[in-house]
Amino acid sequence: MNVTWYVVLSAFLFAIGAAGVLTRRNPLVILLCLELMLNAGNLALIAFSRMWGNGDGQIFALVVMVVAACEVVVGLGIIVGIFRRRIPEDVDALSELRG
Amino acid sequence: MIFKDIVFFIAAIGALGGAAGVVLLRNPFYSVLSLVGHLFFLAVLFLLLNAQFLAAAQLIVYAGAVMVLYVFVVAYIGGAEEPLGDTVSGIRALGVLFALCLLAELCVAVIGSGLKALDSSGAHIGAGFGGPGQIGSLLLNRFLIPFEAASYLLLIAAVGALVLARKRRGFEELTEGGGTA
Repeated sequence: MNVTWYVVLSAFLFAIGAAGVLTRRNPLVILLCLELMLNAGNLALIAFSRMWGNGDGQIFALVVMVVAACEVVVGLGIIVGIFRRRIPEDVDALSELRG
Repeated sequence: MIFKDIVFFIAAIGALGGAAGVVLLRNPFYSVLSLVGHLFFLAVLFLLLNAQFLAAAQLIVYAGAVMVLYVFVVAYIGGAEEPLGDTVSGIRALGVLFALCLLAELCVAVIGSGLKALDSSGAHIGAGFGGPGQIGSLLLNRFLIPFEAASYLLLIAAVGALVLARKRRGFEELTEGGGTA
């Protein structure tokens, strides 16, 4: 199976995630779609790692997983904070920080 | 070889279906479950690419731990179904259009890159490729500083989550006193 298949599949997954980030309004679902995009990047990194027969891309993917875990923790903390302050979970309504 | 192709197509269809489910399902709880399925099929793809350690980490860390965190938060905040109808449909269509443009751009970039190795099934690899031994020796020799930076990042994120989740008296008084909100 050619590496191109994997990379094009990761492009599809990335585009689906981007569409979700742009169209959904629940911040929780937006975080899920960000996970989709990060995982698509991971798939591309691992495909290129296989293409060169070199483990560096896998280390990079591991670091991306670490960053994704950190993003999830902080993002979910913010969402719980939003819920506690009785603000509606809707990114259109979350405009308090707008300048 | 044909067996690998069949597994690839099954896993690719599963991953695409899971991703579409995350975006299209209205209940956040079902979105999370769909993402778990997506991560499972992605782990199969990682295995096909000889990344055994990452496939295991994906299943244990992602599908196991991170998704449980998501499920807890969805259960905590109630997981209200998102009303899909009352938004500005033009902006939604613009978002989908932008995603399609991104997809076209990425595909053009991949196919037009002219990398000869893209059309092969990869370079020759040794027996231990992608196993825990190779990952561990790379992490502790060549990538020691990124490894340490990642561990600091995790520590900072954990402290940040504690700060966010803590009940802050000053903050509560501020909102109760008719302050900012």
